[in-house]
Amino acid sequence: MEWWNSLPPTAQVWLGGILKGSLILVWGLLNFAICLMLERKISAWIQNRVGPWRVGLWGWIQPIADLIKLWVKEYIHPNNVDKWLYLIAPFIGFVTANLVWLIVPFGDKFIATDLEIGIIFIAAVTGYDVIATFMAGWGSNNKYSLLGAMRGAAQLISYEITMVMSLIGVVMMAGSLRLSDIVLAQQERGFLGWFLFPQAIGFIVYLIASLAELNRAPFDLAEAEQELVAGHHTEYSGMRWAMFMLAEYIHLAAWSAIAATLFLGGWSGPTLGQVAAGLGNVLNGFGAFVNPVGTAVADWGMSIMGSTVLNWIAGVFWLVLKTYFFIFLAMWIRWTLPRVRIDQLMDLGWKFLLPVSLFNIFLTGTLRYVAVTFDGLPISIGSFTMRLLGWWL
Amino acid sequence: MRPPTSLSERGYCPVSYSYVDLVAVIIVAVGFVFMNYGIVALFAPRNPKQGEKLETYECGELPFDDALVNFNIRYYVFALTFFVFDMEAIFLYPWALVFDTLGAGALLEMFLFLWVLATGLFYAYKKGVLHWV
Repeated sequence: MEWWNSLPPTAQVWLGGILKGSLILVWGLLNFAICLMLERKISAWIQNRVGPWRVGLWGWIQPIADLIKLWVKEYIHPNNVDKWLYLIAPFIGFVTANLVWLIVPFGDKFIATDLEIGIIFIAAVTGYDVIATFMAGWGSNNKYSLLGAMRGAAQLISYEITMVMSLIGVVMMAGSLRLSDIVLAQQERGFLGWFLFPQAIGFIVYLIASLAELNRAPFDLAEAEQELVAGHHTEYSGMRWAMFMLAEYIHLAAWSAIAATLFLGGWSGPTLGQVAAGLGNVLNGFGAFVNPVGTAVADWGMSIMGSTVLNWIAGVFWLVLKTYFFIFLAMWIRWTLPRVRIDQLMDLGWKFLLPVSLFNIFLTGTLRYVAVTFDGLPISIGSFTMRLLGWWL
Repeated sequence: MRPPTSLSERGYCPVSYSYVDLVAVIIVAVGFVFMNYGIVALFAPRNPKQGEKLETYECGELPFDDALVNFNIRYYVFALTFFVFDMEAIFLYPWALVFDTLGAGALLEMFLFLWVLATGLFYAYKKGVLHWV
């Protein structure tokens, strides 16, 4: 600690940044390995197969074997590619996938960088994903890649609009773009305050749009393997191809974490202290028959309730649980629904989801205004109805 | 009911410092990719002149023509529509951020804006811009 304090502030900031970057990288890779295995296991489960089974316990260290295989694969640099675009595209894909994790809050003040422009940052990072897809497709100089990239770009920009519009409701509710503020704003009424309920329309629109943003089935037109081989990464092989896979799954996990943060209350959930205090209360019969065991459990719960580390652990636990709920949902959808056609995809985005999300802004604005305005007035029948209407908001 | 104020009265780094993390994450991620490429360069076989594996992949046929051809105009139209709506979304965010404190006037004005937006969308719809041929 003394050594740390003796450093100049600039060095502290940079070293801290590098440390955060490394932690995000490790966390992303961990999530990648788990998501990859979950995808294989869940697809196998849905299709009545066994899935990977040989490597390690029930096949669960298959990602390590895959990694070693990829390290010893020759990387092929095809003749006709546009050299720089072809080489840079995997970097951009991978870097943007990592950047999303920078602003995901894991607990109260337990966040890599609490950017004030959180939601706009998300939209900006998504924009770079389009560029990576298009660079890969154009740079490969392959007909399949170009078709995949064109479709991918059209799809990503269409659904980016929808996604950005669907999040405006959340911003209006929370009064902040910062993700930790959004989580705090959701904690006021227990789990009933989660934006999932008052923002139900925005939530559903966001879910559909983020599936499309992630290029996952039923919206995986950019890499529709039956028609386009592998879409924008047809010409990539070995480790360069692996970077696209890494980016895809880290993105999936990051998007799920963002969805959990914005709509399911993020890291909020009962901490160990609260659980123990509640358990002690139950053992005491809510004060009816106070006994030493119940009192001891309740006191222990009260004593550890303020512990920062334990609360952070609880926050990480709840966030990961909610994140993996969304990941499971995405995989379930992927292996259940068939792919949509491109005109259906565009119609869904522009003609249905975009008007719906505009309507959501209108609805949220009206109800929120009513809720704020009628809050101070004495209760008459009219204002009571209005307050009931605006209760969620 | 929560008072309509922002919840951000908590300590945070000045903006110029918080973006250092962004650069650091980029550096670490790029470093990771280079590390992997380095390992590949050490262990993987390299035999670039063998056979026709360096040709562009076209499902086994020898490739003909260049892939970089003109593409359909409808992509440009969608890109333009995207641009318009993205700009408008950026106008909506500052309003959404502070609209609790602004009162009915701002609400009505923004609904007017949304109405113009929706009209534009409806116009594009009627013109067939959003129709994928």
